[in-house]
Amino acid sequence: MPRSSEAKGKSKEMEPLYTGSEWTFDNLKAVYDALEEIALKDMGLDVYPNQIEVITSEQMLDAYSSVGMPLMYRHWSFGKSFVRDDFMYRKGMRGLAYEIVINSSPCISYIMEENSITMQTLVMAHAAFGHNHFFKNNHLFRQWTDAEGILDYLNFAKDYISRCEERYGFQAVEDTLDAAHALRENAVDRYSRPARLSVQEEKERLERREAHAQQDVRDIWRTLPEANDGKGRDAEDELQAVIATKLGLPESNLLYFMEKNSPVLQEWQREILRIVRKIAQYFYPQKQTKVMNEGCACYCHYYLMHALYDRGLITEGTMLEFLDYHSRVVFQPEFDDPRWSGINPYALGFAMMQDIERICENPTEEDREWFPDFAGSNDALGQLKFAWENFRDESFVLQYLSPKVIRDFRLFHIQDNSERPFLKVEAIHNERGYRSVRSALSKSYSISSMDLDIQVVDVDLHGDRTLTLCHYVHDQIPIDGKEANLVLEKIAQLWGYDVGLYCEDVQTGNILATYDYAKGA
Amino acid sequence: MMHHFIDRRLNPKGKSLSNRQRFMRRAKEQIRKAVKDSINKGTVADIGHKGHLSIPSRGLYEPRFRYDYEKGIHDRVLPGNKEYHEGDTIKRPPRGDGGQGGPKASEDGEGEDDFRFTLSREEFLEIFFEDLELPDLVKTSLKEEVEFKSKRAGLVKTGNPSNLDLVRTMRNSLARRISLHRPGDDEIQLLKQRLFALEQKSRLTPEEKAEKADVIHQLERLEARRKVVPYIDPVDVRYRSFVREPEPNTRAVMFCLMDVSGSMTEGMKDLAKRFFMLLHLFLDRQYERVELVFIRHTHQAHEVDEETFFYSRETGGTIVSSALVEMSKVLKDRYPPDEWNVYAAQASDGDNFASDRETCLNMMHHDILPACQYFAYVEVMDEQELDIFRDGSSSTDLWQTYQALAADHENFAMKRVNRAADIYPVFRDLFSKEDA
Repeated sequence: MPRSSEAKGKSKEMEPLYTGSEWTFDNLKAVYDALEEIALKDMGLDVYPNQIEVITSEQMLDAYSSVGMPLMYRHWSFGKSFVRDDFMYRKGMRGLAYEIVINSSPCISYIMEENSITMQTLVMAHAAFGHNHFFKNNHLFRQWTDAEGILDYLNFAKDYISRCEERYGFQAVEDTLDAAHALRENAVDRYSRPARLSVQEEKERLERREAHAQQDVRDIWRTLPEANDGKGRDAEDELQAVIATKLGLPESNLLYFMEKNSPVLQEWQREILRIVRKIAQYFYPQKQTKVMNEGCACYCHYYLMHALYDRGLITEGTMLEFLDYHSRVVFQPEFDDPRWSGINPYALGFAMMQDIERICENPTEEDREWFPDFAGSNDALGQLKFAWENFRDESFVLQYLSPKVIRDFRLFHIQDNSERPFLKVEAIHNERGYRSVRSALSKSYSISSMDLDIQVVDVDLHGDRTLTLCHYVHDQIPIDGKEANLVLEKIAQLWGYDVGLYCEDVQTGNILATYDYAKGA
Repeated sequence: MMHHFIDRRLNPKGKSLSNRQRFMRRAKEQIRKAVKDSINKGTVADIGHKGHLSIPSRGLYEPRFRYDYEKGIHDRVLPGNKEYHEGDTIKRPPRGDGGQGGPKASEDGEGEDDFRFTLSREEFLEIFFEDLELPDLVKTSLKEEVEFKSKRAGLVKTGNPSNLDLVRTMRNSLARRISLHRPGDDEIQLLKQRLFALEQKSRLTPEEKAEKADVIHQLERLEARRKVVPYIDPVDVRYRSFVREPEPNTRAVMFCLMDVSGSMTEGMKDLAKRFFMLLHLFLDRQYERVELVFIRHTHQAHEVDEETFFYSRETGGTIVSSALVEMSKVLKDRYPPDEWNVYAAQASDGDNFASDRETCLNMMHHDILPACQYFAYVEVMDEQELDIFRDGSSSTDLWQTYQALAADHENFAMKRVNRAADIYPVFRDLFSKEDA
């Protein structure tokens, strides 16, 4: 933190931006300008234009029942989360988020009218600069989301779905959305960058699609009878291989597969699948960067608040109020604490980023050994910006988690094998354990530990059209069977024919379980 | 760089209202059942109050592929190690407090877990009256006397000493004293003791002299500081603030009278119960406090609790006036009409001994109706009976008796009800009279 003595000297002459706790649009603007000055000039952050919207707590509840998006299409499940949040909030079981920020350009931050001006200052520093910089610069967001297009796209989606409701009826639209939502987490192209969203293009594509209704799909199904003339087992296998290629198997984006290849869906249903898929894609980077995203925002608000204080722009009282909020946000309960509910991404992210700063400015021998590249470089912000841009949680932890942070958190690594009655402590926060702890923690943020590896592997094109999925089982962690049956039912609804799922252990190749859903059964 | 502040507070709220409605539609069957159950289980006073509803999650569940986190090999990293060393084994903690990363499978496909949420009163009423085809909520209001009442309204800096909020004041004072470093008593005491010790000595070394001067100086400084930072400063003082607010009158008592003789079937009682509930709901919207008195009668009347009122059976003849006598007695004992708003609802199948007719009329005329804001008589009957009485030429004994009253007394109304669907329209009829 740049708390130089000359900055302190200045502070005597500066008038604080505000005193008291009430916010007004005037002092909000003054605070914003001061924050922007520091964020852009001192820190050199690179942000989308900001749009800050003041809302009531009720509107806040509204907003985050629709996964935080303002223009979300309508669906009962958002109503369900609304009534639940509303219940919890009224019962005092849960507070409200202080802010919601949307990865869009302009970057929209919602702030609640109930907040004090100090809270508003903190929220703007956190969201309008911290998150905003991260959204604009992190490579995952750059690759997977389109900040310019998202608001228009959501608008388009909302209109489209409500028009569908008028034309095809509530129930039909709801059924399709229900089924699509069940596959929301299996709707991402993991290995290729998606195309930019453009409402214009979407509309044109839609027109084309309606003009040549179902042409793509029919192509595949039309080729069948001819191809089926081939005699014998070999020919069939060969054909199957050809078809697999044509269908792009194996395919892990289940929703995409349904949209393109389902023999029974109407055009508007395909479009709805596409909408669900696009929105799932938009949220994909957030899942993988929780620690970094929150860490970045916390680091920035901490930096900015101190800078304001050093310049005499906020009072000691403000600072105390801020530190109170801040310490609650970055609080990490220990594993045996009743409040324990996993590693707090705010706490870990903030601690690691503060630690990077320390390593750059005051490295110990240990740091020099572990981080020879940047220990003592005296360019903390440069290093942090590099990290914010190029890493995701998994790689960030693997690259930057230092022995000091491991010791501070007293992290330890246990292995939990459900076959054995005891948990085994693999490593603790000591010389021998740092690397093991670090890689285990990193692994827990990997995609594979969050999402199941499920792919479409086969379609029986010249038989009963059964669709076969495979779950590749890693670390012997099975799929939840009850759930799987329910989801298969939804898939069968989209596919129109029978659906089967088998679970194959990637190490042994054994089939561990199979699930089937037969239409009409 | 351009930036915008936008005030969205005036935007219509309830953005997720349509989502909520979609949810309600989806859950309608379950909600309807839950509301029905709560009517059956709940007491008259409860209905419409407890908005919390639990419904089975079946049909509301959103499945997705997920791991069965209880199986397989998991590497977990946890913070806060205290005693563990590499290679230790730990007994598996009981299920439930698993490790990090495992999303808690809270709801499951079988719908064993219930989904809890709060139903607004309006929504509850809407469902409650759904089979009554409720067009809108009860809108008529009864004439009421306005009273004022003091209500707490936060804290203010000026006020009457009797409203001083001592805790708040002392908290402010303490905070101010700490932050402004007001010297404490012990600090001064210590210096004074030292000074005293020095003064006791007849001869002081130069160091001691210097020390004495220093102590005196310090004491003076501290004393001065204490003057500047007083123990309690006017800025600390807080008073409880009260504002006078009009109260929609104070209290009401509702008498539920019911014939429980053998001719009243369960179905009739259920109708009566619904009517009583509705009336209670209605009164409850108007009054801060509504008390209930249940009087049941055969050939003799007793005040009973609600449970007994609705569910226990009794045999005997039917003398309606016995209930009126009982009500009159309770009124005199506990609810003087000049302090209470008195409402009464009577449910009966209309049977009465012919000899009781005069007594009833007299009681109503002289004792009951003058004391009541409103007296509603509801005659419950089954379909068969309805056919008999539909043309209006013939009617039950009690109906005939009361018909004489209706003309003279504005606060008396009578209606027939034979189906659940009638309750609301009847109720509305009864209570829209004041408007006209």
